[in-house]
Amino acid sequence: MKCLKNMRGSGRMVLTALGCAALVVLSANAKVDNDPYLRPEMVPAPADNAPNEARVELGKALFFDPRLSGSKWISCATCHNPALGWSDGLPKGIGEGMKELGRATPTILNTAYNKLQMWDGRFRSLEEQALGPIQANVEMHKDMKALIAELKKISGYSEMFEKAYPGEGVSEKTLAKAIASFERTVVSTESAFDRWRMGDDHAVADEVKRGFSLFEGKANCSRCHQGFNFVDDGFHNIGLKGNTDQGRFAKVPVKVLKGAFKTPTLRDIELTAPYMHNGAYKTLEEVVDHYSRGGDMKEGLDPNIEALNLSKQEKSDLVAFMKSLTGKPMDITVPHLPN
Amino acid sequence: MKIKTKIAALTGIVSALLICSAVQASEYEITQEHKTFKQNGEKVERLQVKVGDTVAFRNGDRFFHNIYSLSDTKNFDLGSYRKGTARSVTFDKVGLAEIECAIHPEMYMEVEVIR
Ligand code: HEC
Ligand code: HEC
Ligand SMILES: [Cu+2]
Repeated sequence: MKCLKNMRGSGRMVLTALGCAALVVLSANAKVDNDPYLRPEMVPAPADNAPNEARVELGKALFFDPRLSGSKWISCATCHNPALGWSDGLPKGIGEGMKELGRATPTILNTAYNKLQMWDGRFRSLEEQALGPIQANVEMHKDMKALIAELKKISGYSEMFEKAYPGEGVSEKTLAKAIASFERTVVSTESAFDRWRMGDDHAVADEVKRGFSLFEGKANCSRCHQGFNFVDDGFHNIGLKGNTDQGRFAKVPVKVLKGAFKTPTLRDIELTAPYMHNGAYKTLEEVVDHYSRGGDMKEGLDPNIEALNLSKQEKSDLVAFMKSLTGKPMDITVPHLPN
Repeated sequence: MKIKTKIAALTGIVSALLICSAVQASEYEITQEHKTFKQNGEKVERLQVKVGDTVAFRNGDRFFHNIYSLSDTKNFDLGSYRKGTARSVTFDKVGLAEIECAIHPEMYMEVEVIR
């Protein structure tokens, strides 16, 4: 049962026999089961949209299909590219008409575990989120009614929708549910850090172990980056130089939220440069320097942030720790789009 | 002599006031632990208080919280404060106040203010 529910890896619903065996061994170890730094096997999903193979397959096709955009050349995967850590490698996203968006494209890795979606948390669920970019003029710029009519004409899609959501039809709702189901399979894979947590003392170098102690201790990172996904589902202004984006404040007008953004995951962080909501930093070294000096803009700075004055060694230990969070590559296959 | 009597009288009045307010209004303490509102160690979803009662919000986590409410019953922002410290609000109007943490939106409770 547990093995069937597990969706570690690339969206395959059924794990190999080997994977199952490994999991059984894992579950026998109570210490590992309760470790908040290891990803829970169960990926949360709403009661009316429990993932199954047909739903994930449909969602994957839609995710990679540029026909979902007005120009017919932008898909979700254009910006959330699996070859670039499910992001785009750009300081800020580029959408319809090659225009730059206001913010950086976040990875969709582990978004299934988020309590709120987007840098400012404006969407509650992946289902709610999925319809946003399709219709946004700056992103995919597609009229929803027209899109649904077009999808209905593609017989391959009609069949896939019927298989995934019998009797529910091709609609805005089933489109969103399918995309969300696919996203729930994009979860972090086992990293060197995880192997160390599970008891393999040789899985990581000493600098990683020192970096992790700093992360939880002197460097205060875990005041905000907590648990296996290194998030607190919270919003903070970390004092980025020259930032004029109000962030969460536009949604919730409480003083502390001026310039505050959602704490992002640090899983696979090595793969998703540049960093921050505005792409301010090119490397993890630059990020650590930022925290070491306690940020740049002091106005509205989150009180959890204070100057750390880290040594050169401490900085490189922290970076080594973050690099140990890179999971095994996912073997994602590109879908054949239906006609 | 005269001054002493004055002071004694003043102390009397002050303590009388204190006793009065202690009789009429109650103080409650709500803690924030693991991003959860708790009363006496138990998760609390709704607290009932009387008009004039005060609720202190004490931070039990090693990171900051920022308790606020945008409700009509009581609109307040306690600002951010660290572990071990508390800030208080007095509820002066009948109604329901939705209490949240600005930093951690999953933190939510209600204070029901009655006569
Ligand atoms: C033009 C580039 C672009 C396209 C196309 C795009 N996105 Fe995004 N995506 C972004 C940006 C930029 C953000 C962050 C915006 C913000 O927070 O204001 C984002 C945010 C998200 C998030 C929230 C992640 C988080 O951690 O909060 C999800 C999930 C997501 N996109 C899924 C999708 C899906 C599904 C599609 C296709 C239907 C899609 N995106 C198409 C650029 C894009
Ligand atoms: C006050 C809470 C807080 C603390 C403390 C904190 N972070 Fe962050 N971190 C955030 C937020 C919020 C962002 C996103 C900020 C933005 O884009 O405006 C972020 C962004 C990052 C990023 C970039 C992620 C990405 O995908 O762009 C990295 C890497 C990072 N933090 C590492 C660390 C390290 C290492 C420490 C300790 C030295 C640390 N953080 C301490 C809240 C925090
Ligand atoms: Cu909080």
